[in-house]
Amino acid sequence: MERSGPVFGQGLIGEHDNDLTVHHAGDPIGERILVHGRVLDEDGRPVRSALVEVWQANAAGRYRHKVDTHDAPLDPNFAGAGRTLTDESGYYWFKTIKPGPYPWGNHHNAWRPSHIHFSLFGSGILSRLVTQMYFPGDPLQPLDPIFNSIRDAAARARLVSNLDMDRSESNYLLAYKWDIVLRGRVDTPFEEGHR
Amino acid sequence: MSDNSVRIPASSQTVGPYFRIGLEYLVNRNSVPSIVPAGMIELRGRVLDRDGVPVPDAMLEFSSGAGVGRLLDGNEAKSGIPEGFRRVATDDKGEFALAIARPVAETSSDAHFLVLVFARGLLRHLITRVYLGDEVRNDKDAVLLRVPPDRRATLIARADEIQAGLYWWDVVLQGTNETIFFAW
Repeated sequence: MERSGPVFGQGLIGEHDNDLTVHHAGDPIGERILVHGRVLDEDGRPVRSALVEVWQANAAGRYRHKVDTHDAPLDPNFAGAGRTLTDESGYYWFKTIKPGPYPWGNHHNAWRPSHIHFSLFGSGILSRLVTQMYFPGDPLQPLDPIFNSIRDAAARARLVSNLDMDRSESNYLLAYKWDIVLRGRVDTPFEEGHR
Repeated sequence: MSDNSVRIPASSQTVGPYFRIGLEYLVNRNSVPSIVPAGMIELRGRVLDRDGVPVPDAMLEFSSGAGVGRLLDGNEAKSGIPEGFRRVATDDKGEFALAIARPVAETSSDAHFLVLVFARGLLRHLITRVYLGDEVRNDKDAVLLRVPPDRRATLIARADEIQAGLYWWDVVLQGTNETIFFAW
């Protein structure tokens, strides 16, 4: 039988850990956005108290990481990391800055489409998911080997968020909605075969 | 889509080279204490590639059974992290170290950690198990017994000859000494 996943407590999460725009003296440069949605299981039930962790490049396409040597400016007001626990309805939200595309040297003129890295824990060990969320209408997606490492077009589309004008705020921010389905019902057997 | 329909899980994508930005905080909050408390063990090792070269940017997550499914009182409630769960990242030498609650046996013949392995080159993480070398229940473990005898050692952490409660285990991602990874 599948082993249950770790349960994390609110003690892990700081008050503003899901707002990536308020941790420094000034506002970060870039398009302010809300990224939000629900974490669900395969039967559409909410996954409650799920730990959701994100990391991303800044608006210029630069990660605050020692191995990122892309010639684009770091933003002193943006670290690019956030975390939260889903609520009773599986809902999460992050306020952040839309990440820029960046070159990654895989091949000539290789540019990653804008994306936010997501890490999620669900109810079981098999629910564990690390993935990337993309933005709608990004012309770099068809060119990106990482996005296209997922062979199925419908599966790729599930990693693309939707512009959400209902939650966008006039004169303040645009919203993108992304619901995330995690694998793993409680009764999912753990396959013991070798890889 | 109605709520009655079965939904398709989101696909995995690589953790990439920059995961430390978002995930290392959880490593840092559980560094190995100088004195490992009773009920916990210390586990040290390396992540190696096909040629035995250390992998400096891998992340591992260990779960030791029933204890991860709830938060206990005291330190766990304060930290929000169960004592039966630990995340580690390898250093420049490919080394990792953690202190974690001993595995909680779900049956009388089952005492292991589940281990998830994340690294830049992996589109989807790997799942394996590690057993403690001085655990008598290993001889009766149904999963371990299904692994070919000459590969079983890849799932067993060696007890340190001097320090009680310290174990050593390497993860080999590919090659002749490849760790056994489980289908999922």
